[in-house]
Amino acid sequence: MSTVTTLQPIVQAKDLLKTFGRVVGLNHCSLELYAGEVLAVIGDNGAGKSTLIKCISGAETPDSGEIFVDGKQVSFKSSIDARTAGIETVYQNLAVAPALDIASNMYLGRELRKDGFLGKVLRQLDHKGMKVKSKDEMTRLGIGTLQDMSQAVETLSGGQRQAVSVARAQLFGSKVIILDEPTAALGVRESNQVLKMIEGLRDRGLPVILISHNMPQVFQVADRIHVQRLGTRAAVITPSTFSMNDAVAIMTGALKVEEKDQAMGPVRGA
Amino acid sequence: MSTPTSTSDAEALIDSLDKKGPLYRIQGALHRFPWLSPLLVLILAMIIFYLLNHRFLLPANLSLIMQQVSIVGAIAVAQTLVILTAGIDLSVGAITVFATMVMAKSAFENGVPGPLALVLGIAVGAGAGALNGVLITRLKLPPFIVTLGTLGIFTALTLIYATGRTVRDTELADILKVMGNVIKLGPFTITWGVIAMILLYVIFAYVMRNTAWGKHVYAVGDDPVAAGLAGIRVNRVLFSVYTVGGVILAIAGWITIGRVNAASPNVIPDANLDSITAVVIGGTSLFGGRGTMIGTFIGAVLVGVVSNGLSLAGLDQAYKILAIGILVITAVALDQWIRKVRS
Repeated sequence: MSTVTTLQPIVQAKDLLKTFGRVVGLNHCSLELYAGEVLAVIGDNGAGKSTLIKCISGAETPDSGEIFVDGKQVSFKSSIDARTAGIETVYQNLAVAPALDIASNMYLGRELRKDGFLGKVLRQLDHKGMKVKSKDEMTRLGIGTLQDMSQAVETLSGGQRQAVSVARAQLFGSKVIILDEPTAALGVRESNQVLKMIEGLRDRGLPVILISHNMPQVFQVADRIHVQRLGTRAAVITPSTFSMNDAVAIMTGALKVEEKDQAMGPVRGA
Repeated sequence: MSTPTSTSDAEALIDSLDKKGPLYRIQGALHRFPWLSPLLVLILAMIIFYLLNHRFLLPANLSLIMQQVSIVGAIAVAQTLVILTAGIDLSVGAITVFATMVMAKSAFENGVPGPLALVLGIAVGAGAGALNGVLITRLKLPPFIVTLGTLGIFTALTLIYATGRTVRDTELADILKVMGNVIKLGPFTITWGVIAMILLYVIFAYVMRNTAWGKHVYAVGDDPVAAGLAGIRVNRVLFSVYTVGGVILAIAGWITIGRVNAASPNVIPDANLDSITAVVIGGTSLFGGRGTMIGTFIGAVLVGVVSNGLSLAGLDQAYKILAIGILVITAVALDQWIRKVRS
């Protein structure tokens, strides 16, 4: 593959500071995500992974620091702002309305209406169009086994539900997809399905931020690994130059990585 | 690249074979069409009542049942909207009566022209619903408590405003009585009130199925957090549900005037619980997010059929209450079972 990656990050967080009362959630933390890569974010509980991701996805507002999307500075007041800027977040459990069907979930909050009188005056939804496009999207994600888009989401397996939320995230021209512990509740087979899906997204040029506790999975799909420790970035490493044990050692502070050994720039497409 | 492997296909096949038992199929069908079970019970009940007393299926009797159902049927449309959002509205009866009295009394005593009095009544219904909506979304109080409180408030307002007096037939403005007008449809006698109720179901069945607002109501009732993350303004949807509900209730009030040919603060004392009964029997889940307008319609008709059929069979009213009680518990138990469906 010869994707030319520019040096400008798609998403850049600079020097974020976030405190909750006397607890420091983020302590001058930075993050860069480059085009076409999977960036994993790992760290112990309380290291500030969630806070960092919430700041980038608009769920929290940092006390200070800057966030850039495509080089332009942004300030998110809500997750809707972040979505408008092209950052879609897929939450672990809260992504879907279980009783609604696949197509309705896919277009929830952004429904398509029919043309003409039916759509404009009677506000009629374009059920057929939404189903066809949902099916296309699911097939592109490798979940082509699902035939019936009017099936309720609660009748799907965990992996398929995850696929529905990912499909929804990328349906609306997003630039970045953040996946929060996508495999935490899944079995081995379904986890693999989701990992394949992540690789598929990347191969189509969509950068992914993956938050995960699962080291083997992180080392399987990530291009670079951002290690979070004590509210800040301890190191950025690649799966090829460091082992899982090293990553754990960095997380716990047992190992310090020198600047020159880190992977601060894009490594993919080289 | 990412096509499913043959192993996973085989596993999926085994999974599906495992679960193809008849009971699983019934569960799946009910999960998709929750109104199937009340429909079956309705058909069964009609056959039994016909066998007990052949007069049950006479057009005159069927017409009477529909007229008896029209008020609670209309109220249950509003109740369905609220229950779909995982709420409950205990003030539906009070709002209906309040709107009724405003329509009748403003026309009779304050000289407001009939059509304007009607609009005024509908506005009062909308306002009452909006008050519920504001209390629920702004003060974050549970709907059960809010509507229990407003049940008292609207009932008191009605009594104070009406000063305990009924507005009688001859004192009513003409437009307020049109819902009692009769149309002959072959052997059937249909009132405008019955038609209005059916129209409400047709309109809201369409709205719930075919508009974005309908989908949002389902999503909010299903999982408000997920709905919010998907970009739906949850509070706005909730507020609109209670307000639209208020408008429907005022129309139910209009139907009430036509049916009883008077406006009294003491009509329809059981409307609250009867409307909830119709919704629940109709297969709508009290946990929100699932249910249909057609289901509630069948539920309301079923209650009317059981009540009418038992009295035609010569049984005491107590048996009606007993039968409805059993139906409600069966319906909720069935809902719990249906909700366990997983692939």
